[in-house]
Amino acid sequence: MSFGVRTAPARAPTLTLTLVPVLMLMLAQQPVLAAARPAPPADAASLQRGEQIYTRCAACHAIDRNRTGPQHCGLFGRQAGTAPGFDDYSKAMRDSKIVWNARSLNIFLQAPTEAVPGTSMGYAGVKDAQERADLIAWLQKATRPGVTCTLSH
Amino acid sequence: MQGQRFALPLDFSVLSRRRALAGSGLVLSAGAVALLGGRDALAAGAKASAADVEGDVRILNTALGAEYEAIAAYQVGAESGLLNKDVLAVAVAFQGHHKEHASAIAATVKKLGGHAVDAKAKYSFPVARLKSQTDVLQFAAGLEKGAISAYLGAVPLFTDKALSQVAASILGDEAMHWAVLRHVLGENPVPSAFMS
Repeated sequence: MSFGVRTAPARAPTLTLTLVPVLMLMLAQQPVLAAARPAPPADAASLQRGEQIYTRCAACHAIDRNRTGPQHCGLFGRQAGTAPGFDDYSKAMRDSKIVWNARSLNIFLQAPTEAVPGTSMGYAGVKDAQERADLIAWLQKATRPGVTCTLSH
Repeated sequence: MQGQRFALPLDFSVLSRRRALAGSGLVLSAGAVALLGGRDALAAGAKASAADVEGDVRILNTALGAEYEAIAAYQVGAESGLLNKDVLAVAVAFQGHHKEHASAIAATVKKLGGHAVDAKAKYSFPVARLKSQTDVLQFAAGLEKGAISAYLGAVPLFTDKALSQVAASILGDEAMHWAVLRHVLGENPVPSAFMS
């Protein structure tokens, strides 16, 4: 798997086929994605900017509760399509087998509908690399279950 | 300029009176929006692939789900007992706008041959944190800000440009809600030249 998008082990051979379109797309975007690596560890200002950028997500998402979109508490290390208590995932997201981490989020947030065609997240993306880095840095801090947030079920 | 407070009267009664005078001017009615939405895709016939239409329907349904939640959120605010009479009137008016948005979007989804999502039976709101009128207004402002960003992010994704126009029309309404709520909260109602 290229570009740091770690996927969970395949549960069945047929599931691996569902990744092909996503992988092909990611391969096709290699130059763009390579230029959009996450920034180094965040400072306080970055975290503050990241929190502000997260307000863009507030129509559909919250840290500690499922809404139109899934809760973000526990996001890092979670396989896409598996937020507790959230049943409205698109098939594309459920089948993507992406595991959310800084790198996979960086790719997805740049252009969600291109990274996971068929996702319900009809959002053009956070195009600015520094804004994505700030957002991801803040998410990394704000979504630690039992530490900075509480998972709802 | 961001975060700067304006010394404007924090009085919703003026807005309530102005609301009664509204209803004309440069606005699209919900009916007009519903007629507009989906026009391109239908007129284009074979030009719009099934996948394109499906993609547009998917975006619309996500927006519809968020509109239903906004309607429910305003209901929570309206029933909280925390809003004064004038604020309540405007909150109910804003909720009415979201109902119109939802109605227009649902009609468009059906026109495109899709299945419009239903409102959820139950929504989870941070009601424990809503202890004052200010809390309710800040909560509403956060949702409206998110809605602006969501529609802004949806506009360029529609295959059918008429749907982009619909989304932009709704975006404008959400932006007005946000500005009014910020004004009443004593915050700069228009803190920047651009939205993101």
